[in-house]
Amino acid sequence: MMQMTGAELIVRLLERQGIETVAGVPGGAILPFYDALSHSEKIHHVLARHEQGAGFMAQGMARVSGRPEVCLASSGPGATNLVTAIADAKLDSIPLVAITGQVPLAMIGTDAFQEVDTYGMTIPITKHNYLVRDANELLDVVPAAFRLAMSGRPGPVLIDVPKDVQNQRIEFEDYPAPVVPAPLPAPDLAAIEQAAQMINDAAQPVLYLGGGVIASGASHLAVTLAEQAGLPTTMTLMALGAMPVDHPLSIGMLGMHGARYTNYVLEEADLLVCIGARFDDRAIGKAAQFCPKAKIVHVDIDPSELDKIKTAHVGIHGDVSQVLEALLPQVHVKLREDWLAQVDSLRSRFPLATPNIDNPRSHYGLVQAVADALDDEAVITTDVGQHQMWVAQAYPFRRPRQWLTSGGLGTMGFGLPAAIGAALAEPTRTVVCFSGDGSLKMNIQEMATAAEEELNVKIVLMNNNALGLVYQQQNLFYGKRTMASNYKRATDFLKVAEGFGLETVDLDTADDPAATLAAALKRPGPCLIHCTIDREEFVYPMVPPGGANSEMIG
Amino acid sequence: MSIVIDRPQASRIKVVLELEVNNHAGVMSHICGLFARRAFNVEGILCMPLADATRSRIWLLVFEDQRLEQMIKQVEKLEDVLSLQRHGAEHAVFERLEEFFR
Ligand SMILES: Cc1ncc(C[n+]2csc(CCOP(=O)(O)OP(=O)(O)O)c2C)c(N)n1
Ligand SMILES: [Mg+2]
Repeated sequence: MMQMTGAELIVRLLERQGIETVAGVPGGAILPFYDALSHSEKIHHVLARHEQGAGFMAQGMARVSGRPEVCLASSGPGATNLVTAIADAKLDSIPLVAITGQVPLAMIGTDAFQEVDTYGMTIPITKHNYLVRDANELLDVVPAAFRLAMSGRPGPVLIDVPKDVQNQRIEFEDYPAPVVPAPLPAPDLAAIEQAAQMINDAAQPVLYLGGGVIASGASHLAVTLAEQAGLPTTMTLMALGAMPVDHPLSIGMLGMHGARYTNYVLEEADLLVCIGARFDDRAIGKAAQFCPKAKIVHVDIDPSELDKIKTAHVGIHGDVSQVLEALLPQVHVKLREDWLAQVDSLRSRFPLATPNIDNPRSHYGLVQAVADALDDEAVITTDVGQHQMWVAQAYPFRRPRQWLTSGGLGTMGFGLPAAIGAALAEPTRTVVCFSGDGSLKMNIQEMATAAEEELNVKIVLMNNNALGLVYQQQNLFYGKRTMASNYKRATDFLKVAEGFGLETVDLDTADDPAATLAAALKRPGPCLIHCTIDREEFVYPMVPPGGANSEMIG
Repeated sequence: MSIVIDRPQASRIKVVLELEVNNHAGVMSHICGLFARRAFNVEGILCMPLADATRSRIWLLVFEDQRLEQMIKQVEKLEDVLSLQRHGAEHAVFERLEEFFR
């Protein structure tokens, strides 16, 4: 018989699940858990400076490792501060287990100090959630939370644990076994055969890869399919890295800020093979006009994605890796010389324009200079805005999980804590966070965490002293009435970073910016690399919001 | 050709959904939240525990709508929903209840 408190049991179950690092902020309602955690020799607790930071650190760990990671918060404001990071994980299908403290059971519903309905509040932003009313339930709930987070389409799961449940002493026979993902759905062989037939019969097929390819670990299979069947391949924001950008079959990222040729190739497609993507509006523009000539094959682990936005001619519910493995032997080897020549011609006529790419003090040039100074082992995170799109367009991503960005929710403030999480999970890698001056201020307090943990995180700040993407939209679509998008006063980021204990480098004043940048990226430890970017530089091309992908401007 | 799921078009054709769910506080919120945020009107709801009390049966009365298939898939995805069956309007469950709403 084993005897322990609910709090101790959670710690043991996390340890047994292989959790080595957790991020959180303590508070009254979760102190029993923290007390139990203080005795753990296996789990390193990283003290975030804001719960949203803790949530994104756990996400950063999960995005590089592919397995569920853990964040912690107390009740009330602790839990509300976590909400954004949980919602972000839901939209990007990132496995996460959030554990929150709650007021004691008897006080629930009394508007007790720091009480919010965490369970009710997180229903629509989690894959599933629990309010634990008896410590014995933890024996089922904790493993179930991990299993759910990692199974099928991954996602966030929240466990809300009242303080008295954490303190409750229970007796039990044995620990539940650590969990593994639930069995995958059996691939629909008839549908796969039909899909193979359609690929074999198509004249102008295009492969469209989404984040599901990364989640399923199927990048190499997707590349093999492309090579075997001669498929030009586009990637969503979430799938960048699935196929190396310099692969001859890559046609880069599609959608709102995709290259013109990419969207034009999709216009010509007679078959769209969609693997682990979900026809998001930023990727496909006006749904009715997307790929107007194409039949659709759609593979997804989540059956509710099939026929949600576009009706597929063949919809396959299954794990991307398994489906591709079954599909590959039935797909004929094709060179598709005519179609690929047409793709090449579109590419050379309508390439992505990257002006000033040789100048490290310009937007594309800075992205290029960072890439030149690093190899493919580095991890790249971003915040949200113009800088994010410039990196997505111009950075040479070559491997899955090299690129971490907030896709579905588009959360400013994601970049720095996610980079910290990536560096915690994989301390041997250099982690670069491309940020904007607006976004960086949303979780700037986590510079303190990066300094405390002495992590190899480099913030490359593209400072236009503006909410650039908003400024761009107002200029293009609101009659140049720019409102609330320019900062009247500039922040001295170098001083701020120094105050938090980071090294700093200012490319504005460097004699040789490329060399200064490369040296800063090579020095271990956290560093802010600052560069002023012209506010009048916009992200082009651009599909106007609500427009069709064929209607790009710029 | 591929078609696009367009603006909802509710009809007056009734559909009865029968769900078997885990019986605990919160299941109703999970289910009703899915319908509410899509402004998908639920005309009638009925819920009672089953004999072993660990499970409940929920009956939902909705109108046929282009989005119903997607709605059903979303409901089936919920962890606490164990099964879902679809019946036509001829199902007796809500008809017999009507007596209590006169
Ligand atoms: C939390 C949050 N609030 C607001 C927005 C809307 N928004 C999108 S981009 C952007 C501006 C970002 O500014 P900055 O980080 O400086 O990047 P830039 O576009 O200037 O490169 C804003 C306000 C958002 N995406 N996230
Ligand atoms: Mg900015």
